Amino acid sequence: MTTQEGAQVVLRLDRITKRFGSLTANHQISFDLKKGEVIALLGENGAGKTTLMNILFGHYTADEGQVEVFGRVLPPGHPKAALEAGVGMVHQHFTLADNMTVLENIVLGTAPLWRMGFGHAAARRRILTLVADYGLQVDPDAMVGSLTVGERQRVEILKALYRDARILILDEPTAVLTPQETDDLFATMRKAVALGLSVIFISHKLHEVTAISTRVVVLRHGELVAEARTRDVDKHQLAQMMVGAEVPPPVVRDSTPGDVLVQLDRVSTPDRGAAPGLKRADLTLHAGQIVGLAGVSGNGQAALADLIGGLIAPASGELRLSGAVPTRWSPRAALAAGIARIPEDRHKTGTIADFDLTENAVLELYASPPFSRRGWMDWPRARAFAQTVIDGYDVRCPGPDTRIRLLSGGNMQKLILGRVLEITPNVVLANQPVRGLDIGALTYVHEQLLAARDRGAAVLLISEDLDEITALSDVIHVISEGRLSPPFARGALTTTELGVWMAGHGFEDVTHAA
Amino acid sequence: MDIFDILISASFWTAAIRIASPLIFAALGELICERAGVLNLGIEGIMVVGAFAGWMAVYLGGGLWFGVAVAMVSGMLFGLLHGILTVPFGLSQHVVGLGITLLATSLTYYSYRLALPEVTSPPKIEAFQPYEIPILSDIPLIGPALFSQTPLTYLAFILVILVTLILYRTPLGLALRAAGENPAAVEAQGLSVTAIRVGAVMVGSGLMAVGGAFLTMSAFNSFFFEMVNGRGWICIALVVFGSWKPGKTLLGAILFAAFDALQIRVQQTPLGADIPYQIFLMAPYILSILALVLMSRRAQVPAALMVPFNKGER
Amino acid sequence: MRLEPIPNPTLTRRLGLPALALLTTVIAASLLAMIAGAQPFSVLGLIIQGAFGSKFAALETLNRATPLIFTGLAVAVAFRAQLWNIGAEAQLYVGAVVTVVLGTGALAWPAFALLPTIAIAAMLAGAVVLLVPTFLKTRFGVDEVVTTLLLNFVVLLWVSMLLEGALKDPMGLGWPKSARLIGEARLPRMVDGLRLHWGFGLALISALVVWVIQRRTTLGYEMRAVGLNKDAAAFAGIPVNVVLIKTALLSGGLAALAGFSEVAGLKGSLTLDISPGFGYTGIIVAMLALLNPLGVVVAALFVAGIFVGADSMSRAAGVPTYLADIMLAMALLMMVLAIMLTKFKVRRS
Repeated sequence: MTTQEGAQVVLRLDRITKRFGSLTANHQISFDLKKGEVIALLGENGAGKTTLMNILFGHYTADEGQVEVFGRVLPPGHPKAALEAGVGMVHQHFTLADNMTVLENIVLGTAPLWRMGFGHAAARRRILTLVADYGLQVDPDAMVGSLTVGERQRVEILKALYRDARILILDEPTAVLTPQETDDLFATMRKAVALGLSVIFISHKLHEVTAISTRVVVLRHGELVAEARTRDVDKHQLAQMMVGAEVPPPVVRDSTPGDVLVQLDRVSTPDRGAAPGLKRADLTLHAGQIVGLAGVSGNGQAALADLIGGLIAPASGELRLSGAVPTRWSPRAALAAGIARIPEDRHKTGTIADFDLTENAVLELYASPPFSRRGWMDWPRARAFAQTVIDGYDVRCPGPDTRIRLLSGGNMQKLILGRVLEITPNVVLANQPVRGLDIGALTYVHEQLLAARDRGAAVLLISEDLDEITALSDVIHVISEGRLSPPFARGALTTTELGVWMAGHGFEDVTHAA
Repeated sequence: MDIFDILISASFWTAAIRIASPLIFAALGELICERAGVLNLGIEGIMVVGAFAGWMAVYLGGGLWFGVAVAMVSGMLFGLLHGILTVPFGLSQHVVGLGITLLATSLTYYSYRLALPEVTSPPKIEAFQPYEIPILSDIPLIGPALFSQTPLTYLAFILVILVTLILYRTPLGLALRAAGENPAAVEAQGLSVTAIRVGAVMVGSGLMAVGGAFLTMSAFNSFFFEMVNGRGWICIALVVFGSWKPGKTLLGAILFAAFDALQIRVQQTPLGADIPYQIFLMAPYILSILALVLMSRRAQVPAALMVPFNKGER
Repeated sequence: MRLEPIPNPTLTRRLGLPALALLTTVIAASLLAMIAGAQPFSVLGLIIQGAFGSKFAALETLNRATPLIFTGLAVAVAFRAQLWNIGAEAQLYVGAVVTVVLGTGALAWPAFALLPTIAIAAMLAGAVVLLVPTFLKTRFGVDEVVTTLLLNFVVLLWVSMLLEGALKDPMGLGWPKSARLIGEARLPRMVDGLRLHWGFGLALISALVVWVIQRRTTLGYEMRAVGLNKDAAAFAGIPVNVVLIKTALLSGGLAALAGFSEVAGLKGSLTLDISPGFGYTGIIVAMLALLNPLGVVVAALFVAGIFVGADSMSRAAGVPTYLADIMLAMALLMMVLAIMLTKFKVRRS
């Protein structure tokens, strides 16, 4: 894709600044978007990319600076203004109502509220035209709740196109897609550009940036640190611009697998609503090994994590710990068996926001000595434990009596990490452990997981990020619709081949063999 | 007269529809609030306000429909208070609702005492009279039941149809339903969640107040303390029982009212004379609890009900 | 309009806003009193005087506060665990019924054995009443707000039935009233010569016990965890449903003690009007106390003072007593708003 010099400027950000209390999320950011361009907004977690796009779309108001769309200043603070100016946004967390149809989600807010009747027929025709033009296959009368993640994203895109967006913002669109779906998305983006749209997409994945964008804008700690044409830079330069220094990849020594600590033998669990259960899954976790589970969210990872974590029991098949089937299975039984769990969502299931660090640190351990005796809590002991975790795991905070809500995501995750690793577990279940973390916290968490593995623990790493999986895992499984692939040794499959498995191909042989 | 005779008598069904009418208004009102994502526990107090305000307006010389309008407006004012506290300020919907019930009820009783300080028996007004719709009211059994009611009852039925149409066939209804399912979706499409939710609570509260006014202006013709007597809470159960759909809620209200009408009449049968009257009075409440248990499994709760929406929280 | 969290609210803010809330309530009450024809600014004075101005008044306030401490504690304990117990009224009455059943001669024991037995039996009965809606919640997901509310009506009717039937005082004049408690079943006075019974002492002790449970025991920790974030608690291995059941036992038991205290301490027998809504007022007490057990004592005294004072003010100034309820409702709403504003700033979008 080429753009001509001197092509029309469709979007101009002028010295945008945004502060949240003492934190400056965006500082004097200015750049232009020209017609037909695809700009990749690059930066690690916490760099300010999403904040900037939220200002553009009107979810936030900038403290300083302004946005011009097609030459006109955009009134701040209202998505309505952005939508009317021709800006459409595909959010990272989809803004869709599950209990309504695709059509209803798309037309929501497009007709004046005081009008009686719908005009659904005309809307349906228009949507089907867009589906054909852009290749976004989806059924207008399907309930959004029943769609896959990839299909939902198509609905999000259709929402913007239906409203005649000329500028499309995509926030981390590929985080939840398989490699093939990512290719489809890029095809859609190319078609959009060919039809006259201009695109900004946020990413932290360098190979995607180089694949699809025409220009790159790099943010770091809220500031614009670099801007270049994509063809003028390579991945190393981009990585350096993102982080400010060369970040060496983690050192993963070869391992010799030890004893079998956890084994799933043809385990099935029931489906829970839209979340699939496991389907005759086989899995072995050896001491001293990292097993990576690749797959798009919503394919049974939650069932597997809940199973090993003690929240659900197998409906059929066997879960064996060091060869024996546990008589009673619960989170406490899992803890007693030496299984440490890092939950997927540190806000929802990992911590209690209004508890202080001490109370959060003993969340799993409070019921037994030394933290309590016969029902009476020993708070000084608990506080001492919390302090040990804080000191040992680089948790930046005022002290163990601080409410955990005031900590950053990275520090919260380090506390969770510390509280589960401090008791030297045999098995570590790490579910999306670095989601939303900045590079510093991310590196730290990876180091700790590798250290645990070197100490002899079995680590199960569940992640949407294929790069993370391939970098850290000794053995890789792919999960798709509740089925587990056979184990693949490190380096055995290419990313594309893994992507094929992630899309659901290859499992027919697996289930027949079982 | 035994139970079977009661069930096939026109007077029974007429009474049932009459008893159902305030429930229909109030339950529709609560449905609108909850569909938009707001639990309105002020319903009991707002019904009291509507009962008094409407009646008072007529007592002071206004026309009946003027009284209904006054009741509606007073309900909307309390709805506005509830909406402002729970939506933009994000306070607990449970606490605010209960607080509003207490505030509304006590303000009403206070005003009543001030307005009519020395009454021994509650004064009466000229209430709505039944209006027989020609031809239709001659149909056996359902004729008198459905077509010889007061105009307010007819309004209730019309409202069920109107609310259904608006909810499912207009952009406004779509936006309201979306606000109760995923407010982020509403915001991202350029609409204001706050405006929709507060508006819904106001309209819903207006309807609740009209339900209360039915008691003093149609079912009876005077206002007395303890008049609403838990009907508001029963309507909350009715909304769950009706799966947040207007048509089903209407059926639930009629079913419930039929049981209520039945227990009054059964008391007069030989069977009924042996059973303490309190058992009969208990029946509606126990039934509501059972209804809730039955429907809890299959309930299609609005996904964002009682989840406060923090604008711009990402 | 947006709400922005304030990291370190100043003391002025944390004390000033609630004070402002109370001030607004007083001003609104004065205006309403003015409409009733009274001197607006005398209202507050009359209420305070009516509540604490004389030994008789003060004792009356303490007596009125006693059931409110119990129901306030019951509600506070439950709400902390996000168990919305609106049924304290029913639990209170059940406690009162048990008191009468056991205390009117069925057990001829000495007081030191009889009183604790009745108290415990009352607590169990109250616990059972709350257990039903709690079980429906944990097993079927039925919202307990409505079920506990509806049960209030059911239980009240049941008590009415009992008072006209099984529990009716054979020596009464046909009024629906129970027989009188025997002497051994009466709570003694705290101080000779003063109309203050040991129910008040028991209430204070209960508040202390609840405080200790919440701060120092594993159960208290579990109740707080479950109330703040059920998902995180379950993930960590806390048995959420068991905790809710235990919470219900404690909460129902406390509310039932209010009934026990009123019958055994104050009235001596059971009538239908033994509670002018103590169960519901307990909700206000608990909210004003921010669910803190020691705060419940303070809030109960405050609320009792308003009611007792309003009775006296009403006689003196001719203002309907409902002014007290209006004040409480306003205080509740304003307080909840003020507390939120101590933690958040209001900003334009």
